[in-house]
Amino acid sequence: MSFDRRPFEARGLLVVPGFIDLHAHLREPGFEESETIATGARAALRGGFTTVCAMPNTEPAIDAPGLVAQVVARAASAAGARVLPIAAITRGRRGAELCDLVELAAAGAVAFSDDGAPVSDAGLFRHALEYSRIAGALIVEHPQDLSLSAKGVMHEGSVSAELGLAGMPAAAEEAAVARDLALVKLAGARLHLTHLSTAGSVELVRRAKAEGVAVTCDVTPHHLSLTDEWVAGSRTFAWERAERNRAMPYDANTKVNPPLRSRADVRALWAGIADGTVDAIATDHAPHASIRKEVEFDQAAFGISGLETALPLVLGGVRAGWASWDAVLAALTTGPARVLGVPPPKDDWIVIDADAEWTLDGEALISKGKNTPLLGAKLTGRVVEVAVDGDLKLNEGHAAEAVGAR
Amino acid sequence: MNPQWSRRHVLDTDDWSRAEIETVLDQSRAMVEVLSRPIRRAPALRGRTVILFFAEASTRTRVSFELAAKALSADVTNITATGSSLEKGESLYDTARTLEALGGDVLVMRHASSGAPYFVARRTSAAVINAGDGTHAHPSQGLLDAFTLREALGDLEGKRIAIVGDILHSRVARSDIHTLVPLGARITLSGPPTLVPAAWRCGQPPSGVTYEPDVDRALDGADAAIVLRLQRERQQAGLLPSLREYSRVWGIDVGRMGRMRAGAPVMHPGPMNEGVEIDAAVAHGSRSLIEKQVTNGVAVRMALLYLLAAGSAALLEDRA
Repeated sequence: MSFDRRPFEARGLLVVPGFIDLHAHLREPGFEESETIATGARAALRGGFTTVCAMPNTEPAIDAPGLVAQVVARAASAAGARVLPIAAITRGRRGAELCDLVELAAAGAVAFSDDGAPVSDAGLFRHALEYSRIAGALIVEHPQDLSLSAKGVMHEGSVSAELGLAGMPAAAEEAAVARDLALVKLAGARLHLTHLSTAGSVELVRRAKAEGVAVTCDVTPHHLSLTDEWVAGSRTFAWERAERNRAMPYDANTKVNPPLRSRADVRALWAGIADGTVDAIATDHAPHASIRKEVEFDQAAFGISGLETALPLVLGGVRAGWASWDAVLAALTTGPARVLGVPPPKDDWIVIDADAEWTLDGEALISKGKNTPLLGAKLTGRVVEVAVDGDLKLNEGHAAEAVGAR
Repeated sequence: MNPQWSRRHVLDTDDWSRAEIETVLDQSRAMVEVLSRPIRRAPALRGRTVILFFAEASTRTRVSFELAAKALSADVTNITATGSSLEKGESLYDTARTLEALGGDVLVMRHASSGAPYFVARRTSAAVINAGDGTHAHPSQGLLDAFTLREALGDLEGKRIAIVGDILHSRVARSDIHTLVPLGARITLSGPPTLVPAAWRCGQPPSGVTYEPDVDRALDGADAAIVLRLQRERQQAGLLPSLREYSRVWGIDVGRMGRMRAGAPVMHPGPMNEGVEIDAAVAHGSRSLIEKQVTNGVAVRMALLYLLAAGSAALLEDRA
């Protein structure tokens, strides 16, 4: 079956290639109460992602070829987006011993990451970078100096000072980015830095790329649209006029790592998309069962359920004139394909109604993770049809065949 | 009902108007009068239930709220829990549901996590008073400090108050800022750079606030000083070289008191580490308002309970 774009274009809808997400947490095995490969793969489709890379911080961590094969098998029966497994860099993500990277790649791992538990031992990380070259797979790093972020639960700045919440300074990310860039040069390897969140990080990558360092990076839709003021209760997007609104402070759904940063940081991420410093927009979809969020802010899990809201968030910045639609579309399609070193799938298509207005209802999310600060928000822009390998998977926004299978 | 008062909860004073703060201070003065009577009791909250939920160790504040509630004839129930809700095995979510089912009119809560009272207030129909949440706010302390300073100094317009010590971890400092600044005071913070939020040191202090690392300069000509407790854990966490050095560089002794305006008072929210952040001669000297703060605390907490829970009930029957 082949997808026919003409009827949609005749209705004035946008038809574009399927999005590719370099960074999502599908939680299976081990945390099936938060998400499964099946629900995550369908949530991905709902958001327009026809390919999604699954992070290995499951229980057990994806650190052995058999586990990679299990993820591949589960994904094949999921009737959702194509799922590409990312395997751990170190056994158990403990940052001590390298995994069998060659065997993991042979089993289907497209990249390696200890996401969330960045390899703090610089010597070991150097070896991982060097060794990854023969495995032909990419190292994906969550840059964070854990000694600087310490017990932080939000961006360190005037808002954290007022709320009395421990901060994670921008320097905790930037120090790690600087270290990683130095190690990439030393190792003569390639590195992908994921979910950069600060102006300083983007600038470091911009300079490294100008020097010819083999580095790529992504940013998330929430870091492109929300600020640390959201932790204090604000619900104004970064492109809207700032107003003091403290209606709902300490909402654990605003707690995410890296944390929501300042308006200046948001603008710098957009500048990185506009000038090509940022290669990809990745969701860092991090679904959590409500029990991990319905707690004190400092006890709550980090993460935002993001697959199904990516499009309206990035369209907001396009409308504000912060980057062109072409640049954003590239960061959702050809950019991530280039990072992975694969050609974009030929017959993956999505249909977008860029002007559709809708209100986010948690119960209507396909993801098991209802943890998003956008609950109740009015959003503009919606994916209405998705085709994977030419087969239609959504129908006017409803994943009809998926509803019963949660 | 007071036209200046429409609050359902007292969670933080950071969004209060000057009129709202003054409403509480005026009401507190009436409570001082009740407390000065031979029978220290008014019937205003008869039949109302006040639940004291202290999930973090506290004696002074809990007893102060208990005396305040009893002086207004409320029924008082204590729920104390040691350690965090996680150690205790019951989540704050379940605790909030239980408290809701118990049906108190006012819930006074202290909790180790910043923001916990907001979490509970969203899940209960009771009026919630924040009696201290993590390193965020302690509104009744800010209000009693304002009340005590007004008694000592009169109008606070243009007065300069030095707050000295561990600002970073201090909910008292935050609430003092949000209460004293709207009343016209200017605040000078002083303390080790490691114990003051970086944003407040580097160009983004709250309105009306400046940072002066040199405590002597912070005190020069000040109208009052508020000295904060220094937790011994700060030294173990690598934020301070030693308590001895802290005491030499930032401790308030008689000599440093001489830098302030003549007769300027000193306050401390307690409990004190005498010989660390404050010298015994200062703490118990003629310029200390520390005991006055404790006495006023009961009156201010009565005012808050009354404003939140009394509805149309008059404070005293003979005025009804």
